[in-house]
Amino acid sequence: MARALRILLAKPGLDGHDRGIKVVARALRDAGSEVIYTGLHQTPEMIVAAAIQEDVDAIGLSILSGAHNVLFPRIMALLRERGAGDIVVFGGGIIPEEDMPVLATAGIGRIFNPGTSLEEIVRWVGEHVRPRGAAA
Amino acid sequence: METPSGIPVKAVYTEDDLAGLPEAGNPGRPGEYPYTRGIHPTMYRGRLWTMRQFAGFGAAEDTNRRFHYLLEHGQTGLSVAFDMPTLMGYDSDHPRALGEVGREGVAVDSLADMEVLFKGIPLDQVTTSMTINAPANVLLAMYVAMADRQGIPRDRLGGTTQTDMLKEFIAQKEWIVPPRPSLRLIQDMLVFGTRELPRWNVISISGYHIREAGSTAVQELAFTLADGIAYVEAGLAAGLELDAFAPRLSFFFDVHNDFFEEIAKFRAARRMWARIMRERFGSKEPRSWWLRTHAQTAGVSLTAQQPLNNIARVGLQALAAVLGGAQSLHTNSMDETYSLPTEEAVTVALRTQQILAHESGVTATADPLGGSYFVETLTGQVEEAAWEYIRKIDDLGGMVAAVEAGYPQREVAEASYRFQLQVERRERIIVGVNEFAAAGEPAIPTLRIDPEVEPRQVSRTREVRSGRDGAGVGRCLSALRKAAEGHDNTMEHVLECVKSYATLGEICDVFRGVYGEYREPAVV
Repeated sequence: MARALRILLAKPGLDGHDRGIKVVARALRDAGSEVIYTGLHQTPEMIVAAAIQEDVDAIGLSILSGAHNVLFPRIMALLRERGAGDIVVFGGGIIPEEDMPVLATAGIGRIFNPGTSLEEIVRWVGEHVRPRGAAA
Repeated sequence: METPSGIPVKAVYTEDDLAGLPEAGNPGRPGEYPYTRGIHPTMYRGRLWTMRQFAGFGAAEDTNRRFHYLLEHGQTGLSVAFDMPTLMGYDSDHPRALGEVGREGVAVDSLADMEVLFKGIPLDQVTTSMTINAPANVLLAMYVAMADRQGIPRDRLGGTTQTDMLKEFIAQKEWIVPPRPSLRLIQDMLVFGTRELPRWNVISISGYHIREAGSTAVQELAFTLADGIAYVEAGLAAGLELDAFAPRLSFFFDVHNDFFEEIAKFRAARRMWARIMRERFGSKEPRSWWLRTHAQTAGVSLTAQQPLNNIARVGLQALAAVLGGAQSLHTNSMDETYSLPTEEAVTVALRTQQILAHESGVTATADPLGGSYFVETLTGQVEEAAWEYIRKIDDLGGMVAAVEAGYPQREVAEASYRFQLQVERRERIIVGVNEFAAAGEPAIPTLRIDPEVEPRQVSRTREVRSGRDGAGVGRCLSALRKAAEGHDNTMEHVLECVKSYATLGEICDVFRGVYGEYREPAVV
């Protein structure tokens, strides 16, 4: 039987809006994943260190401050540098459509915009995240 | 059927419903204690609410341009949005400011930026509200420093600093130092403001952010008033006479979707605060009993899908604020879920207020819904439910203790999750999102922040640092540190620092050094 997915949910940068991430955390827990929430005001270095330390399968990033164009690619680069580039990364918050292609190129698997249902997020995670190191 | 707070709504209300609640059958008159119907006798007939659109982005000159635009288009007061680094007490070149400068608001690192921000604005004729909390003392000092420089008497300065740290720990989450030292700095501001700034609202006791974070209307009301109680106690503990500072405490509420619940909330708020001031605290001054409030339409209720629908939502919410008796109003722009407002979007939002004020006729009489079987009943029910929460918070030892115990934070998170489940189950409909959705919508224009803003602001701040009397700045910061470590009022020292062009980050570093930085326990 496959073990439960381990997911790190993080708030990069100075943005303090945590309503969305807490609701997503509960939905993922209710759906059977182990969720580790970093809390607010995380630097890219802190997020990557936590992801590796907690040996997670995926990272969810929530940001509403407009700083995603700098912080998300930074997180992806650090993950690759530390040999954790295979961790699936998804995100949400206030991220304009026109910024999404750049983030996708940087390696972000999916961005969920405002109005997305929890059901859709849980389904996507179930379909796209596997326990790291498990047989395909 | 229920209101979003869970109060049952009947199919019809009659005079029999008024018999159930003591106040409902006799709500009094506007301008008379307990002010259920409004704090002034004629309300908008005597004077319209202030149209005060929250604005700020990029560098100081960008926001100054937007301020002038809004004033030229009929706005009647200013409201400043600062960027994340400023809100958190960091300079634009701090490592944590990377990617954040000018994005959520305007970047202000020193008095130099402030002077550009307010260029051409007559500080003795325009009132300014600044949404700033953790470093509110610094921004207030900058505003006063500007006025001092321009020869404007301090008693002519009108405006507001939000300064409500309790709601930061509960909801908005912009902090520097922990709760108790935060309150000490607020006490210093209250003492300074009471003495020097008779027209300044030192604190804007806010429910907006608590509501946006997911609370119900009843929780928003209760937690805001409980925060207010804590600030009154703080002012008294600082040695101030109650009626010397209480008249300058102001409020800020959300205006959300449920039309009548929101109106009831405003009416209940006035009645409750009047009671709290007169009965709980023994205030003798009617001005202390008035709940003066700004209102903002609910950002969180607006959708990315079919954004033009947001114009209709904001129109209804604005009407609720006006029928609720707010003194000042911000209407959101339709592009709320995309970015900071474009000029076109904010103009529509401002025009919404102007149409309400000049075309709808609702301003001709005070509290037009007074006496309504439904509204009076609902006002009483919202009030009763809110007192329950205030009693609970009193039992916990007051709001400071409740915040430290995580109580309001948990309530907000629970309410937020409950709401989302209702949306998921389509028990709560959001037009364009879980009902009446449409594929393939055209994109709307959105505001983009020039990426050059950040490097330019960084250079600018470095120039300010190299161009000033470094030794003088060092002396000011040391004196501030001594005051912060001891019991002397920090405000005069903050003012000296600001006038010597110490930066926001440097001043806040003093507080970080003395009081430590707050870390919130990461609870889902």
